[in-house]
Amino acid sequence: MYSQALDQRDESPRGVDDAARLARFDERVAAEDKIEPNDWMPAAYRKTLIRQISQHAHSEIIGMQPEGNWLTRAPSLRRKAVLLAKVQDEAGHGLYLYAAAETLGITREELVDQLLTGKAKYSSIFNYPTLTWADMGAIGWLVDGAAIMNQVPICRCSYGPYARAMVRICKEESFHQRQGFEIMLTLSRGTDEQKAMAQDALDRWWWPSLMMFGPHDASSVHGEQSMTWKIKRFSNDELRQKFVDATVPQADFLGLRVPDDELRYDAGSGHYVFGEPDWDEFAAVLRGEGPCNEQRMAHRRRAHDDGAWVREAAEAHAAKHKAAVA
Amino acid sequence: MTEKNWPLWEVFIRARNGLHHAHVGSVHAVDAEMAIENARDVYTRRGEGVSIWVVPSAQIVANDPGDKESLFDPALDKIYRHPTFYEIPDGVGNI
Repeated sequence: MYSQALDQRDESPRGVDDAARLARFDERVAAEDKIEPNDWMPAAYRKTLIRQISQHAHSEIIGMQPEGNWLTRAPSLRRKAVLLAKVQDEAGHGLYLYAAAETLGITREELVDQLLTGKAKYSSIFNYPTLTWADMGAIGWLVDGAAIMNQVPICRCSYGPYARAMVRICKEESFHQRQGFEIMLTLSRGTDEQKAMAQDALDRWWWPSLMMFGPHDASSVHGEQSMTWKIKRFSNDELRQKFVDATVPQADFLGLRVPDDELRYDAGSGHYVFGEPDWDEFAAVLRGEGPCNEQRMAHRRRAHDDGAWVREAAEAHAAKHKAAVA
Repeated sequence: MTEKNWPLWEVFIRARNGLHHAHVGSVHAVDAEMAIENARDVYTRRGEGVSIWVVPSAQIVANDPGDKESLFDPALDKIYRHPTFYEIPDGVGNI
């Protein structure tokens, strides 16, 4: 049940039974039992989930912008219909995730407010611009590919509502990644100019995609506790490695070059060895200094303000009909 | 934030004729009509359903999770309620 109204069970006074409840919680998590909204959970677990799920939801909502940028300029009606479906999916994913976060006792309005005031973060990747049509391909293939790598393990997250939202999202993300790869494939098999456009998109999106997995494990703030709580199943570096291993052969298939001079296959380990992302750039984008941070936030605030009259009208309509019935 | 919180609705969808409605998630909406419209947009973009129910979340009554043992454990040791409890000799055929 997603109802936040049912979710106020752990307000009882802190006392001797906290230790017992914590032990019981740890046991359940260790035994792969799902934690549901009405169950007792430690405050830090609740807080971590609210932070992670809401950041995830905000990323879906802000993530509509880089692709929305190309809706009116898609090269064919088919491409346009596909891109529109994908952008609608991102909105849907944001809503599944907001609903999951709300089961933890925070309201939708608070969540939206945290995004609009800049208190909450969203994925750094969406602060990069989409300069050409090939970026729609690169985003689907790389950004959604990285997102799937991150999200598939969350389908087994210890918190039930988050895990269930993730199952739904992952099914839909698969379409996103495949349509992106199809765009890259078409361009890479096209004219020299189209191929160059595909290569340029790969050059610009490769490193930001690797940064999506977050800092190295050694400097990850939330990593270890999230693993114990089974919110996270693999570390940042493990997921990044999986992504590189899966994606480099796809780039080879496209006949495109991954922009990393240190990239090589290590037959001994069966993994690709790759270079370091520019972590200073990552930190700068997180601080709000990426190429599009201001634009993304300004657009979201404007869209929210522009929609205010629609929300007011809906409320007035509902109030009027309620009065008529009463 | 000046805007007030919109009511929450639980969404139930019948995937195909002949199946029961199952809970799929929730939406916010000012009234029932908008809840149906939102549920349609959010939960049936890929032909997931042929019928939608929405129920105000506040109307749902749930058991206290703390009562889980007293409510459900008594059923655990009554294995004789399942057909597999009974051994039927091979010669009897389907029963």
